[in-house]
Amino acid sequence: MSRRDMSYAAVMARKNEIMKASLGIDYDDFIQSPIAFDYDRMMRETGYTMDDMVRIQSETKVGNTPLFELRNLTEAVRKISEPGKGALILVKDEAANASGSFKARRASISAYEAFKKGYKGMIAATSGNYGAAVASQAAQRGLKCIIVQEVFDSRGVGQPEIVEKGRACEAYGAEVLKLSVGPELFYMLLRTLEETGFFNSSLYTPFGIRGIETLGAEIAAQVRARYGKAPDAVAITHAGGGNLTGTARGLLAAGCEQTRIVACSVDLSGLHMASDHDFNRKSFTTGHTGFGVPFATWPDRTDVPRNAARSLRYMDEYQLVTQGEVFYVTELLTKLEGLERGPAGNTSLTAAVTLARQMDRDQIVVVQETEYTGAGKHHNSQLSFARQNGIEVRRGDPKDNVPGKTIVIPQHLEQVWGKVQDMDKLRLSYLKNAAKTHPVAQWNENDYAFLAADLKKDVAWVKQHAPDLSN
Amino acid sequence: MKNVHEQEPVIQTGTWVEIEQMVLKPEERAQTLPDDTKLVPYMLRVSGFLLETARLGQEVRIRTIIGRELQGTLRTVNPSYSHSFGATVPELLTIGTEVEQ
Ligand SMILES: Cc1ncc(COP(=O)(O)O)c(C=O)c1O
Repeated sequence: MSRRDMSYAAVMARKNEIMKASLGIDYDDFIQSPIAFDYDRMMRETGYTMDDMVRIQSETKVGNTPLFELRNLTEAVRKISEPGKGALILVKDEAANASGSFKARRASISAYEAFKKGYKGMIAATSGNYGAAVASQAAQRGLKCIIVQEVFDSRGVGQPEIVEKGRACEAYGAEVLKLSVGPELFYMLLRTLEETGFFNSSLYTPFGIRGIETLGAEIAAQVRARYGKAPDAVAITHAGGGNLTGTARGLLAAGCEQTRIVACSVDLSGLHMASDHDFNRKSFTTGHTGFGVPFATWPDRTDVPRNAARSLRYMDEYQLVTQGEVFYVTELLTKLEGLERGPAGNTSLTAAVTLARQMDRDQIVVVQETEYTGAGKHHNSQLSFARQNGIEVRRGDPKDNVPGKTIVIPQHLEQVWGKVQDMDKLRLSYLKNAAKTHPVAQWNENDYAFLAADLKKDVAWVKQHAPDLSN
Repeated sequence: MKNVHEQEPVIQTGTWVEIEQMVLKPEERAQTLPDDTKLVPYMLRVSGFLLETARLGQEVRIRTIIGRELQGTLRTVNPSYSHSFGATVPELLTIGTEVEQ
């Protein structure tokens, strides 16, 4: 091999050619302008039907997970709700997938695609569960696997959940490149793709997102079979937006047009995601606003030319919860429902508690995932680590939570309220980002149509709210 | 530095080890970093089987679990995991025994 310039700038400059070779998708074919692209055709041309995906996933221990009623938690919510309120809470036990989370759905179609196209291995840059999923799926398809993961701060200390996720990747036979804090993870991914010629099983390819559609379709079928109707709301933990996009697409494919799609993230506002110091002051490693807000308001900030995860296209509402509220609800799930499960699913479960309280008794809210728990991921291990890092942990009113400083665990279920984010504010922030990418003066009718679809609004709304050129 | 290596025990070829590499010096890193991150190098750690006898702190080559050859400073022998469930957090204990009352 010729000696290539491996400096940060040089590798980043080769981004497009590396991407093309490692994805087997020519994004130029779909791109229409610096902002617009033919999203629907890109998703369609993955070439898989829902039935194909179900079959592929069943070969590698993915899908067909149980949907449970959380009766005791529902009862507890009804006791504190106004008369007639307190929807039934259901949970989709995605921890039952190989590798212990819904991320197996996301990795499965990628692994199949990589195998079919003759790649020798797969690479993913990820904070965790997805790495374990890729490793587990690659192992089953006879492919090699490299996971590029941000693990430790400059003291060499790793957040316990991150460490556990890295361990799981290695357990499934992956080589794990463990890196210190920084956005250069992407540089490392590019370098490794170039060195190996492996498949880029990015979280954000159409294969990844389409693989999640089976989750939405299963929820629709299971709820209909048991209750004779579609779910009224589905609560979805939101970080990069793939979980929401794929699930919502699956629900829509199954005809659940009226189902409310509710995003949920842990509120970590004030903490900087690329800060070496803040890295170990978070008690959640995903499903938080540090990813959720930037990705919702500009999806095209990822390791692929255009992101297939576009959450504002599908989202009806966005709930925020505090770290303390999630820990409280996690403990309730354990003690009242006999289920020990990990952080991401419990984030949307926390939102579901506040939703259920406001919904009618005969309505149904579905928490669309659980994930596995264990050493490092367990809420006790997170809280213990937080305390060690000087964060105050106490019972009280969750309104007093301060990310990075104080975790306040509610004293009563009544205090679990979350907070609603203003959707239009998110949409306006998206439009501002679009204007930074492509000046408003150059937006044409196709751009407006794309933006409208991407924001679940009409063209008139986008035109009315397009950022003012004068400032 | 040579003296330090000589005090370390010799690690045999084939041993499972972890190496460390400085991927980017602080001044080589991405432009848009928070101030604290800017000051520190970008580091990589990875495990594999040692390809030559060596002492801790020496530059070595390893073969990773998928068969790639990588190079770096020998950091740990038999790297392992010690993350746990943490020290008991008493604030959690009574949750779920209160709500039903
Ligand atoms: C178990 C689990 N649930 C939810 C999420 C959030 O998904 P997304 O990043 O697609 O929004 C993640 C990923 O980060 C996850 O690992």
